[in-house]
Amino acid sequence: MTWNAKDLLGIEELTAGEIGTILDTAESFSEVTLRSVKKVPALRGKIVVNLFYEPSTRTQHSFSLAAKSLSAEVQPFSVASSSTTKGETLLDTARNLQATGADIIILRHPASGSARHLARALTASVINAGDGAHEHPTQALVDLFTLRRRFGRIAGLRVAIVGDVLHSRVARSNLWGLLRLGAQVVLVGPSTLVPREFENLGVEIHHDIDRELERCDAFNFLRIQTERQAAGLFPSLREYTAMFGMNATRARRLKPGAVIMHPGPVNRGVELTAEVADGPRSVILEQAAHGLAVRMAVLFLVSGHAPQGQGSDSAVQGASSPATTHNERS
Amino acid sequence: MSDRAGFARGEKGSRLLIRAGRVVDPAQGLDRVCDVLVEGGRIARVGEVGDVPAEVRIDARGLVVTPGWIDMHVHLREPGFEEKETIRTGAAAAAAGGITAVACMPNTSPPIDTEATVEYVLLQAERAGFARVYPVGTITRGRAGETLSEMGRLRRAGAVAFSDDGAPVPTAGLMRRALEYARMFDAPIISHCEDKTLCEGGAMHEGGVSMRLGLPGIPSSGEDVMVQRDIDLARVTGGRLHIAHVSTAGAVEALRRAKALGVRVTAEATPHHLTLTDACVEGYDANFKMYPPLRAPADIAALREGLLDGTIDAVATDHAPHTIQEKEAQFADAPVGVVGLETLLGIVCEEFLHAGLLDWTGIVRRVSCAPARILGVPGGTLASGSPADVTVIDPEAAWVVDPAAFRSMGRNTPFAGRRLRGRAVVTLVGGRVVYRDDRGR
Repeated sequence: MTWNAKDLLGIEELTAGEIGTILDTAESFSEVTLRSVKKVPALRGKIVVNLFYEPSTRTQHSFSLAAKSLSAEVQPFSVASSSTTKGETLLDTARNLQATGADIIILRHPASGSARHLARALTASVINAGDGAHEHPTQALVDLFTLRRRFGRIAGLRVAIVGDVLHSRVARSNLWGLLRLGAQVVLVGPSTLVPREFENLGVEIHHDIDRELERCDAFNFLRIQTERQAAGLFPSLREYTAMFGMNATRARRLKPGAVIMHPGPVNRGVELTAEVADGPRSVILEQAAHGLAVRMAVLFLVSGHAPQGQGSDSAVQGASSPATTHNERS
Repeated sequence: MSDRAGFARGEKGSRLLIRAGRVVDPAQGLDRVCDVLVEGGRIARVGEVGDVPAEVRIDARGLVVTPGWIDMHVHLREPGFEEKETIRTGAAAAAAGGITAVACMPNTSPPIDTEATVEYVLLQAERAGFARVYPVGTITRGRAGETLSEMGRLRRAGAVAFSDDGAPVPTAGLMRRALEYARMFDAPIISHCEDKTLCEGGAMHEGGVSMRLGLPGIPSSGEDVMVQRDIDLARVTGGRLHIAHVSTAGAVEALRRAKALGVRVTAEATPHHLTLTDACVEGYDANFKMYPPLRAPADIAALREGLLDGTIDAVATDHAPHTIQEKEAQFADAPVGVVGLETLLGIVCEEFLHAGLLDWTGIVRRVSCAPARILGVPGGTLASGSPADVTVIDPEAAWVVDPAAFRSMGRNTPFAGRRLRGRAVVTLVGGRVVYRDDRGR
């Protein structure tokens, strides 16, 4: 179990062992998040910059909190008020941040591949917080962490990803993570948003959610963007909800223990009814809560703290209290 | 038109002798070791010339001597985008690549849709004095896709063909009129086949790789339906249609059927579409971004088959220089296009000659005879009396593609670092040496 990478750009390039390392490290940190003083000195003196070219309250907040919990210096970088609006390129902006001392750059950008683009040009670490429709690795890690907590394992689970897979970085990152860890992946959605090409990636594609209700252990609902309807990819939100939305009637047919996930923010009444979103099957708030530990783990690992020996207890060395060890996946 | 085409003719009476090269001229059924004598800028004799006095002598032992290569699809960016390329640098790049003539596309600013612009391009080419430059005029005024440009006047000024390249002719009605109208000049309409309603917003070939990378796709059907539309229109109008940068198996199949039916259609494919697949985009490097996009392996196989069986007539580069900063952008934001003038010869030699797919006669047909025939320009032969446009090639010379060494201002090649065998050693235009590679000789 090792971690050598400077960056976290996507789940596709990770091995099962590396994903396990992150999840195990996150387990150690989740203990920290429950303390009254939620802080360890692991990244003291490091500078972490949030470079967000798309609005994102949740992910940005989660990363800031994670960096602060590791005692790092967090610098938000306001894209709107910066020289970016004067035409500075992404690369130049990032090079400047690096020159002024940034150790880790957390990038959210509308262009697929932008995180890799930066990582290639910088010596600073780059964490992909979402690049176009490509990957959103920390969200997938949060989802995997949540599933592992719930089921004790990922291998053998049947997980449905429902909705606009075509445009979703969350779907792609989840798909890779689930496949690497041995889950069965089912993509469910309109044929215009779940193209057949995805079958070549080793997943099943279905267009009838009702067929899958009794079969899957987890349903991960993707946020539907209303502009997809404007682009003519499906006829109406009403029809989308009728065909692919989760409601109480459908939820009653789920098998015991099955969970409903959503990376947020939920379009209540579209992907999920309020009843389901707030119901007993929903693990949406667990996902939100796990974001902190998972992002702490990622920040910790890319900053050069490869776990030593077995287990991941080194993750919290130097913390004010001894850490518990999670050897579940080692 | 040939003396308007922007080349400096050789001094009257001056002599140049190419000694003992392997001379390949399909037009004369020639492929043997002999001499080529040039007098006054024209081919005087091909055969055993002997040791006649000549101002310039080229020892071509071990080298291949062919009619000048003609690249019928390039973007020289001038006027309007001189930060990307100028006619001078583009024509110099051509010469260094063994190319003696290019046809330049009219997506300049202003576009080549007036006689004045045609004449400006010809004048700049003449000043540069490297490869010949044949302007292609627009099909529609301002390349706006609305009304026909003044093709007659453009033709008279020196335009050899018409194209809105970079953009499709949006409606079937307009394309029909363009084919009909250009028929009276017997000029080809060069069609950029792209159904915008299918392709708009796309960044790469739509398929498994685009799905994985999360990049918006450009489906093959976006090319296929336009190729078929234009073929049907060429059939009913009797106009001459040339399909630019063919990239899909579907388009190759449509062309094969059309040719069997006798439709007046020709086609070209680029070195990159013939050799690279969409998997090259994996690293999000914008030097692999162009229109049409790099396609799937099955398309590449179909293109190669089409090139070998004559369905695709010519290899053309679609040389499209951009600045480094433009290509440094994120993949989705970077402009489309790659340079090709200085790698055409090496790629063709490596991938077709040395791979045993085409012999020299086969190559010369596709890079010289066919483009000359389609454009209706001189060249494509070393017959006595024709302008002395000649490419002398060392087919074994090994080299590595180094963008920094390009004459072109564009560095945006998808072949950087590729090891190739085959280089131009001397390039003659109108009997004048416009490029000479002295390395290792």
